[in-house]
Amino acid sequence: MTAPAWITLLNIFGVLIAAVLLAALLTWGERRLLGFWQDRPGPNRVGPFGLLQVVADMIKLFFKEDFVPRFADIPVFILAPTVVMATMLLGFVVIPVSPTIGVIDLNIGLLFILAMSSMAVYSVILGGYASNNKYALLGGLRAAAQTVSYEVFMGLSLMGVVMLAGSFNLREIVQAQESGWYILPQFIGFFVFFIAGIAESHRLPFDLPEAEHELTAGFHTEYSGMKFGMFFVGEYLSVILISALITTLFLGGWLGPWLPPVVWFALKTGLLVMLFVLLRAAIPRPRYDQLMQFGWKVMLPLSLLNLLATAGVLLWIG
Amino acid sequence: MSAAVFYLTAAIAIASTAMVIFSRNAVHALLYLIVSLLSVAVIFYQYGAPFAAALEVIVYAGAIMVLMIFVIMMLNQGDAAVVQEKEWLQPRGWLGPALLSSVLLLQLIVLLFSGQGETTEALHYVGPKEVGIALFSHYILAVELASMLLLAGLVGAFHLARQKRAESPEVPHAD
Repeated sequence: MTAPAWITLLNIFGVLIAAVLLAALLTWGERRLLGFWQDRPGPNRVGPFGLLQVVADMIKLFFKEDFVPRFADIPVFILAPTVVMATMLLGFVVIPVSPTIGVIDLNIGLLFILAMSSMAVYSVILGGYASNNKYALLGGLRAAAQTVSYEVFMGLSLMGVVMLAGSFNLREIVQAQESGWYILPQFIGFFVFFIAGIAESHRLPFDLPEAEHELTAGFHTEYSGMKFGMFFVGEYLSVILISALITTLFLGGWLGPWLPPVVWFALKTGLLVMLFVLLRAAIPRPRYDQLMQFGWKVMLPLSLLNLLATAGVLLWIG
Repeated sequence: MSAAVFYLTAAIAIASTAMVIFSRNAVHALLYLIVSLLSVAVIFYQYGAPFAAALEVIVYAGAIMVLMIFVIMMLNQGDAAVVQEKEWLQPRGWLGPALLSSVLLLQLIVLLFSGQGETTEALHYVGPKEVGIALFSHYILAVELASMLLLAGLVGAFHLARQKRAESPEVPHAD
């Protein structure tokens, strides 16, 4: 709060621009990594290592016709893709990147991110509804059911960390991990949160809202041009946000020897993003009912037990 | 500054709530309701209750409204419902209640300006810890009652959903 205005502004724009740029870059990075794991080159023609593929894709998206179907619910159709971008970017403001980098130091930071991720659901639901298309509607319905159920234990799995740190403030949670990262005492919490994170950002293997083998493209079937681009970048933003959040909560955030804090944060987050991509390359989709059953019958009891055990141990220790 | 933020947010809340009533498309009405809930959350935050603000967004705007939109999407009403809604919103229907409640509103405004209401400046900060302590000491009975009610609802919903499932495997046996 006492920092001069230009540092605050630098923080705000630095974090937000870095987030958007990284999300755009990830569209290329993911395809290269997928190519590597699936024994094929991936996009490697445009520029060095195919890095300019991002620029090429962006130019393509910008010049495509931005088509709004005449049977759509037009205001909602236009609103839907902006929701995911806005909420995911807002989520980044509470992430403490290093002791000095971070936009705002909210004392309910963790709840703020959960709130933003629960608002991001609207993007998919409204996109599916407003398209007025059977496949989009089915995708939207799946998204609603999936995210509402996975949100329940996404929040519950984090409460163990909150109990150990005694705070919702992300900065204080990182500082509380000086004596040891929470991935060890809260491994179940980490496991549950990671899976819930994949489901929340509806990435493969949990991308049933847009499963292209049965729903053409799910909720964004009718979207084209930059509106589709916003859904796309929003998805990558949420992958980065979830990875950054796992880094902060379970892997000690910026803490680490020798290297500067920002580098540690970037390394840990990058590793988690790669894990997301590897999961996409390695694991097939479950059926939709399997997904819901897994959520309610395995993950929810597991996170409740973890909560009970953590509370019990904390009370026992004193 | 904080007064300006308050009045702006309050104005958004009132306007969006009015739109909830007046919009003819059910999904649009729900979207306005979400805006209204979000602006109430901002007011909570501004007056020193960040935990309540976060819960307002997570529980009301994030979970309950999603379920409502889910149900409306399943119904997939379309233009016919808009026409029907237009017929329901005849002045004959809402004039009486609107007049009566505007009298109430007038009374409220007069009371506020006569200075009988509490001033909002004296509010203090209520963090997550205070909310938790209050819930599990002073309001413990209410919390337990609410949890029993929710459990009963859960068991009831499970029972209703299960009966359907038990019937369906019998159909191939009948053949």
